[in-house]
Amino acid sequence: MKPILTVSNLSKDFTKPLDLIAKLLNKVGQDNKEEVVHAVDDVSFAVQRGEIVGIVGESGCGKSTLGRMVAGILSPTSGSVEFDAEQTKASDLPQALQTQMIFQDPYSSRNPRKRVIDIITEAPIFHGLIARKQKNEFAAEMLQRVGLDPDTLQRYPHQFSGGQRQRIGIARALAVSPELLVCDESIAALDVSIQAQIINLFVRLRDEFTLTYLFISHDIGVIEHISDRVIVMYLGRIVETAPISSFLQTPNHPYTKALLAGVPRLEVGKREYEPVSGEIPSPLDPPTGCHFHPRCPFASERCQREAPLLRELSAGHFSACHLNDEAQP
Amino acid sequence: MDAVKPILQIENLQTHFFTKAGVVKAVDGVSFDINAGEVVGLVGESGSGKSITGFSVMGLVDAPGKIVGGRIRFQGEDIAAMSPQQLQSLRGNRISMIFQDPMMTLNPVLRVETQMVEAIKAHDSMISKSEARARARDALGLVGISAPEERMRAYPHQFSGGMRQRVSIAIAMLNRPDLIIADEPTTALDVTIQGQVIHEMQRLCEVTKTALLWITHDLAVVAGIADRICVMYAGRVVEQGPIASTISQPLHPYTRGLMGSVPSQNRRGQPLQQIDGMVPSLLNLPSGCAFQNRCAMVSDKCLSEIPEPIDVGEQRLVRCVNVGQEPAS
Repeated sequence: MKPILTVSNLSKDFTKPLDLIAKLLNKVGQDNKEEVVHAVDDVSFAVQRGEIVGIVGESGCGKSTLGRMVAGILSPTSGSVEFDAEQTKASDLPQALQTQMIFQDPYSSRNPRKRVIDIITEAPIFHGLIARKQKNEFAAEMLQRVGLDPDTLQRYPHQFSGGQRQRIGIARALAVSPELLVCDESIAALDVSIQAQIINLFVRLRDEFTLTYLFISHDIGVIEHISDRVIVMYLGRIVETAPISSFLQTPNHPYTKALLAGVPRLEVGKREYEPVSGEIPSPLDPPTGCHFHPRCPFASERCQREAPLLRELSAGHFSACHLNDEAQP
Repeated sequence: MDAVKPILQIENLQTHFFTKAGVVKAVDGVSFDINAGEVVGLVGESGSGKSITGFSVMGLVDAPGKIVGGRIRFQGEDIAAMSPQQLQSLRGNRISMIFQDPMMTLNPVLRVETQMVEAIKAHDSMISKSEARARARDALGLVGISAPEERMRAYPHQFSGGMRQRVSIAIAMLNRPDLIIADEPTTALDVTIQGQVIHEMQRLCEVTKTALLWITHDLAVVAGIADRICVMYAGRVVEQGPIASTISQPLHPYTRGLMGSVPSQNRRGQPLQQIDGMVPSLLNLPSGCAFQNRCAMVSDKCLSEIPEPIDVGEQRLVRCVNVGQEPAS
């Protein structure tokens, strides 16, 4: 089956232009370089239709930048995002509609001066998916689908709680019948009991609308629960990608292991945290070779020199670590 | 256990906020003890009153908030009855606090060294500057900051988030307090850094026999480090007890729901046991049990009377009318 989303060699650099003084100093012979952050560095993966792919990593690993490029909000520096829309749906619609994004903060991503009904129906009316007179009916149905009372159609975003606002955000995304949802830390700002409600909603909607998710989160517990496949990122690169079962049972990359070991678990008994040492390096000045080598307990001289490539360990399980070369002659 | 004398006794604490819209009973009848050297987890969602309980102990409740009832006794002395001067000599000395956002706690225009020396001198006017400096340097070394001699000359913005939190932990530990109140100390941190900070706190409190009140929304964090747990909902402690028995056999429906809401790898593919609905407004609490509108076991009794804490043995207290009526599931 052809994957719904194919990301190949995708990179995104952010460049901080030189200020005036630096430019002037360059004229008189100084050599000031522009600072470049490689937010996403040569990332490739594919997503099958109906799959939930979790992208996990710590701050600065490029997971949000990646999500934004997939959703078409940012344009890549190089590489491509290919989207294979289902043939049955109107194919003359812009590709941007097929991928919708759900953001972390459901308040700052809504227009506070628009009523819920307009938030939900603006895009589908503009693109001619529904007629203007169907507006009420359509919005009411969308609200019901995400578990909100259709009587609240005329309200403004500030009249809802955080969890309800996130439901509105989901209704808005679903209104243009997308096939792929990019959820960028969509539940991070919610309370635990509300988080559970929204996670259940995401899973239910996947079946109802046959959706595919790219689920970006720093919360490994959530990723473990919801994903079919997991992509682990560190400083702009994919370090490991695996189906959920092998991710949990046989994590390969030292960083993945460190992440899994660091997650607080709801288990009885005191536990010893044996944290991986060191800080997350600045993306402005990432370490040479394997980005993880300064924190890695197994780092060798080769890790400092040479960036490891992703290599398949078992079906669908890739890891970028030099240790794997030594294990297998 | 009888020989251990509680270091902090909170009895029927009531902290209310007198706002224009009405009286918000942020904390309404909270009672619990902390023994010397004990780690107590105070868990609840936003608006449950967990932070205000911590602020009340520190005497940090500002107008329109006021402690209107109850007693807070620290080593036998009533904090609520203390003069501001007495409180000042207590704070940062015998009780100290760690906040969620270390950037807000540290003064951005002063070197870390200056702030630490200031904290030492505030409680010991006889100490010489070089002695105070040496103590500050040792404290930084203790929390795992490498090269403390150089790093203490830096400003807070020159540290990363995890390092800043270490600095504020070092400041809190400076005067060897008997009790530390930590309000969501790891919530803003990445997973691997959170692991490091929890590890340091655990180690330090064990070595110095400091009691710790760990306020958090994350049940899983508390499960791994606390001796006892208090679960708060809408201003009241609904369940408290030793961590092992409470986590393995939660009695209050809210605690059960909260635990069911935490995603984990063991329950992949099944929907999370969510708690429906949301936290009621504290301005307008229902009569009777505050959890009634979200509870599956609600009965007529819940609507009319506020459940009193019921002692179910093994030092466990539960505020639910259904507990003890039937064998707990």
